[in-house]
Amino acid sequence: MIPSTFDYVRVNSVDAAVAALRAGGEDAKVITGGQSLLPLLRMRLAAPSILVDCSDIDEMQGVTDNGDSVTIGAATTHWAVMHNDLVKAHVPLLAKATATVADPQIRHRGTFGGALAHGDSAGDLPSVVLALDASMVIAGPDGRRTVSAKDFFVDYFTTAVGADEVLVSITIPKLGAGWGTHYEKFNRTAQGWAIVGVAAAVKVEGGKIVDARIGLTNCAPVPVRASSVEAALTGTSASAAEIDAACASAAAGTHATTDLGADKEYREHLMRVLTSRAVAVAAGV
Amino acid sequence: MTAVADNPAAVGRPIRRKEDTRLLTGRTQWTDNIEIPGMFHMAILRSPMGHAKIKSLDVSGALKYPGVHHAYGAEELGALNGSIPCVWAVTDDMVAPDFPVLAKGEVRHVGDCVAVVLADSAYEAADALEGIVVEYEPLPAVINMEDALKPGSPLVHSDKGTNKCYTYVMQPQGDGAYAASAAQADVVVKRRFINQRLIPSFMEPRAALASPMGISDELTLWTSTQIPHVLRVLLTLVTGIPENKLRVIAPDVGGGFGGKLQCYREEVLVTALANKLGRPVKWTETRSEDMVATHHGRDQIQDIEIAATKDGKLLGLKVELIANMGAYLQIITPGIPLLGMFMYPGIYKIDSYDFTCHGVFTNTTPTDAYRGAGRPESTYAIERIMDELADELGMDPMELRKKNWIKHEQFPFTTVAGLTYDSGNYEAATDKAMGLFGYEALRKEQEERRKSGNPVQLGIGISTFTEMCGLAPSRTLGALKYVAGGWEHCTIRVLPTGKVELVTGTSPHGQGHETAWSQIASDIIGVPVEDIEVIHGDTRTSPYGMDTYGSRSLAVGGQAIMRASEKLVERARVIAAHQLEVSASDLEYSGGVFRVKGDPSKEQSIQGVAFEAFTAHNLPDDVEPTLQAESTVDPQDFSYPHGTHLCAIEVDTQTGKSKIRSYVCVDDIGVQINPMIVEGQVHGGLAQGIAQAMYEGAVYDSDGQLLTASFVDYLIPSAADLPSFTTDSTITPSTSNPLGVKGVGEAGAIASTPAVINAIVDALRPLGVNDVPMPASPMAVWRTIQAAGGAK
Repeated sequence: MIPSTFDYVRVNSVDAAVAALRAGGEDAKVITGGQSLLPLLRMRLAAPSILVDCSDIDEMQGVTDNGDSVTIGAATTHWAVMHNDLVKAHVPLLAKATATVADPQIRHRGTFGGALAHGDSAGDLPSVVLALDASMVIAGPDGRRTVSAKDFFVDYFTTAVGADEVLVSITIPKLGAGWGTHYEKFNRTAQGWAIVGVAAAVKVEGGKIVDARIGLTNCAPVPVRASSVEAALTGTSASAAEIDAACASAAAGTHATTDLGADKEYREHLMRVLTSRAVAVAAGV
Repeated sequence: MTAVADNPAAVGRPIRRKEDTRLLTGRTQWTDNIEIPGMFHMAILRSPMGHAKIKSLDVSGALKYPGVHHAYGAEELGALNGSIPCVWAVTDDMVAPDFPVLAKGEVRHVGDCVAVVLADSAYEAADALEGIVVEYEPLPAVINMEDALKPGSPLVHSDKGTNKCYTYVMQPQGDGAYAASAAQADVVVKRRFINQRLIPSFMEPRAALASPMGISDELTLWTSTQIPHVLRVLLTLVTGIPENKLRVIAPDVGGGFGGKLQCYREEVLVTALANKLGRPVKWTETRSEDMVATHHGRDQIQDIEIAATKDGKLLGLKVELIANMGAYLQIITPGIPLLGMFMYPGIYKIDSYDFTCHGVFTNTTPTDAYRGAGRPESTYAIERIMDELADELGMDPMELRKKNWIKHEQFPFTTVAGLTYDSGNYEAATDKAMGLFGYEALRKEQEERRKSGNPVQLGIGISTFTEMCGLAPSRTLGALKYVAGGWEHCTIRVLPTGKVELVTGTSPHGQGHETAWSQIASDIIGVPVEDIEVIHGDTRTSPYGMDTYGSRSLAVGGQAIMRASEKLVERARVIAAHQLEVSASDLEYSGGVFRVKGDPSKEQSIQGVAFEAFTAHNLPDDVEPTLQAESTVDPQDFSYPHGTHLCAIEVDTQTGKSKIRSYVCVDDIGVQINPMIVEGQVHGGLAQGIAQAMYEGAVYDSDGQLLTASFVDYLIPSAADLPSFTTDSTITPSTSNPLGVKGVGEAGAIASTPAVINAIVDALRPLGVNDVPMPASPMAVWRTIQAAGGAK
């Protein structure tokens, strides 16, 4: 648990961060809270030459209201996100999911953008931003670009953020009236990663589900939308039986792996059971 | 001087632990905190392979790294590469392979020590490991115990020609006795239980620091150990350093659970290298190392059968074990299953008993003592099969237990395994537990949930356990071929200014001995608890001791404290009588003050006596100066705590996830010195026992890679995962020691595992389930339900 030697630089602007990453070459790595990165360093699974600390960049901190969306700085801590009034009012699903991330100590250090850029499909927040159609601003040597959540997550621990780029902020559309949300996390110990997690947002009008967005955690190399369930739910009545029937296809389009917590069959079973439960709670059933 | 006279007795009071301020704030000496100028830091290159030949090993590359001074493989270490001892040859023909400190030509488990580097800092030493070049030729590994016993299996030690370490048989009623019982039985229930492999996971990783720069010319080893005294003897045998030139200190130690009851390779390495080089050498393990290099626990396959009449009277018990030794034998590896051997009959009256254990080598980390050491395994098997027998007979599981347990008026009782239980009252503990639990109401709710087909089913689990504490007397250990005694020592002295030093041979690592031992001495000597300093864990300041494990410290060490304290008072009485010019028999003693019978104005305090004994100006002719006394006690027998544990658990049959609703236990550990410490021990034990039932389990793949090599995969529950426990007690004093104490260090861990699993099985029995594997993870439970064809 002793990392290899590395350099460290603390920067106070996005431009400085990009410059430092570029100077550091392929082995440079961004650090903010370090809650995912430091264990990798300590186990020598990663050996960056230089860490570029972006936790002091003002632009990457805090939450702003854009009218129909909110923008969250990538280096905002989980703790700050889940207690932010704008987030609680307009993106409650994110507040709920963030409250299940690890434990309070980690939530005080770990950051929202860090958790997304880490690209761990067992992390709780990637499926949330995917379900909510968020978009990410990424800064690099050639300026800034915006990437939608569906294009952001590329593969295991791989995102659209390049080696010389920094994730600056995440913009999440507000859901508006009539929506209910829930994050259903299934794990073995309180601080454990999700074996399966379900981020659900459901709009109910007149006893019927008129729109549904469902993101699945740890069901594929990247977070996935349960698109067939979303389609099946739309137009059904908000009743336990109909929701359960609509969620039978929750595992469609996933690529469940086998690990000590769940084999493929069990994981797919959990997707169905937990999606049904998440939707039921979100729909107020 | 009569300030303490009216104080209530210290024993029995829930006094806050004296040691906690320093332990909780960390303002103390852990081995890793100790820094000595000129110290080398050691890092160890460990085998990444389960089984491989070392075709070549070149450590020279490490020497090119900055800050590196030395690097050693087995060849470079030469004669210093001693062999780790096993002190318990359980049979005359036991196979005991060589266990070199650094592997010689072959590695036999992931984590096996291959080479070491000494550098100026821990970071430089860790970096330099990358400069060592090892060429491995993979050899077939054997992980599964039954596979290892098959002809043609890969051999862990090819020179031994077998993977079998030993076969131990005990048939107290003779060969054929069990068969006769089974023949006359109406019912015989057979089960195979798996007691999975566990990793001790104490909070403070191991650390060791050896320094040749002692106060005199002795070599000092600070190490995070439970057994400084035993370790010194073993290190002398392994390294050749004379025992009088070797001082072993266990500073504050952050947990052990048996995992620090060991003579570890790293302890030998730092000692031998510091001695050779004349420089201090320190090693602190990483958590990753701890998972593969600290000995593991449990890992037994248990085939058990029980024979009974149709009305539930037990006739016979047969147990056949396969016990995983791992790749090598550590200090008492082969004996762990045999500590359990005596306890399979539990609290029950049975006519015949037949026990066999096969020890087997595999390409895994060696196993050894882990909280309970043999008794959790036996308790699990008997308490599980009692529930299965009850189901077979259509009886309530508690009624079956009541029908067969030893009644309180029958103690002392000699069991079918040949042990004589000192005392107990299973009826009282059970009645109290059942009342606190609300057994009938829970059974009613269970029935309602079953009727309504609720996806969340309720189960009730029972465990009426007993165990044996305080490994002793020494001659019994000798009869078991265990190469150590079971005695304990105490020296107690009153200093010239009236404060007390109590020197104990027990070696606490979280148990609160400093407080509890002070309470015992306080009542006898009559000085306040806070005036007593407990000195422990250092072979120079507390030279005699057998250390702390097996819930022995109070049951054995407590007797030495009691006797030494009594001797001290008697010695003081002679001096006081001389001072007061009366005969010793004319003195009364209470609250630290001697008073002349019939003339209470004439008195002398123990502190006053101590000062007189210090100046020695006016002592009786036959009394030597100083006020001190010592006692070394070899107890007459074990003690047998017991208790009734009840667990209610909700099982979500759709996901397989179990949640403990309530947990009630009533433990009878005899006289309690400090009920707060008792409660703490019970809580921690419950957490560990529940963890075995539901969370923890070391898993290897077929090549010998440990898949649960970090806390991401090796799951340890936190407070957030555990229920609020209801703990209570009954008190039936032990009759095997004058304090009336038993032991509590392992009780919770021993009792709780079967209570939890019995509860899960009970919840699922209507679905056709009659066993669940441990740990009962959601997937394991869901799979079990699927296999039984029960819920969807």
